[in-house]
Amino acid sequence: MKKSLALIAALAVLAVPMSAQAHRQWLAPTSTVLSGTDAWVGFDGGSSNGVFIADHNAMNLDGLVITAPDGTTVDAENKMRARYRSTFDLHLTQQGTYRIANVSGGVMVSYKQNGEQKRWRGAEADMAANIPADATEVVATRSNNRTETFVTLGAPNATALAPTGQGIELVPVTHPNDLAAGEAATFKFLRDGQPAADLEVTIARGGTRYRDNPEEITVRTGADGSFTVTWPEPGMYWVNAAVRTAASGDQLASNAQYNGAVEVLP
Amino acid sequence: MRKLPVALSAAALATIATPVLAADLNVSIEVPRLTVAAYHRPYVAVWIERPDNTAVRTLAVWYEVSNTAEGKDWLKDMRTWWRRGGRSLSLPADGVSSATKAPGRHAVSIPGARLRDLPAGDYVLVVEAARELGGREAVRVPFTWGRANTARAAGTTELGAVSVAVTR
Repeated sequence: MKKSLALIAALAVLAVPMSAQAHRQWLAPTSTVLSGTDAWVGFDGGSSNGVFIADHNAMNLDGLVITAPDGTTVDAENKMRARYRSTFDLHLTQQGTYRIANVSGGVMVSYKQNGEQKRWRGAEADMAANIPADATEVVATRSNNRTETFVTLGAPNATALAPTGQGIELVPVTHPNDLAAGEAATFKFLRDGQPAADLEVTIARGGTRYRDNPEEITVRTGADGSFTVTWPEPGMYWVNAAVRTAASGDQLASNAQYNGAVEVLP
Repeated sequence: MRKLPVALSAAALATIATPVLAADLNVSIEVPRLTVAAYHRPYVAVWIERPDNTAVRTLAVWYEVSNTAEGKDWLKDMRTWWRRGGRSLSLPADGVSSATKAPGRHAVSIPGARLRDLPAGDYVLVVEAARELGGREAVRVPFTWGRANTARAAGTTELGAVSVAVTR
């Protein structure tokens, strides 16, 4: 609502998770549970304060990776970037679950050269070649940002949900396309392939324009990275977690963020 | 010099024609302190309605006045106020708009002169707050214009206590 205030708030509480400072990123499917020999699903991607309400920024889809039920990678169709949302379609031709993820990452480096402040952003492998030898005050931060959702044609399967070992990932205990209002669901968060313990998870239901209270849920992951939520009512839910760690030894400082969209049916 | 008494008596006549003399409207609004990860001060609108929900006038709007590019983009999030008059108001307006307020109690004092054309009767003072990444709440406080009286109500989420005092 108020950018300058947001900045002050961010400076005042550096300890809060990254999710609190930025607009929320989301990738929302038009349907999640489908039947038949084939089906089409459309997707909107953007960032805004109200999840799934396209009123701020369209998503950059350069990192779009769609994994089919057999584990192969398939392409989106009809990609378009509008002012407030990017859209694309997916033709589901296999039975089972697709993972649709937009993954971005890399390294951001700030340094000084001859007293001048400079910045470089790129892949970690290219970092050494791009930072001058006489650079001083080099601060490098690795980032990994995953925004994803899941859709299933026919019965769900888990092949596409296998973790990549990069960034924060959601591992199903309950399948993300098998969620119903009033039922509990359990998921596990991994960070770089390891259980992400004691992580704050924000769960926000879409449709905030049509009610007065955000009705957000906050839970914390246990030692094994798992958390359980009982869905209060049907809707599209945004599931978020973020971690930032300081540099230590030869490890770079690191930011990781997860933004999932799951649909809870009546 | 010769004109002055005439002007004075005309003003006096105009005042006599209206039912309320020199009463002030004092409103106290509590912006609650909320322990949330990303707190932003709420946008707040304060206005007077008739008991049938028709708006009489806006008394105060707290928004990001200093952000001339985008500050007005979220005025519509005070949804009730926006429908009942906000959308036809030109902001910023002297004596009405001001910056957002920190948690705590804030006074809005309207001198009687500004309300001298308000007929005596029953009204409702409405305070509506809308917060970024937060909720929205409106608190309604019925009061009477035309005699000294006080009234109070309280919100439960985005607003605390709201009190109204009509003083002579």
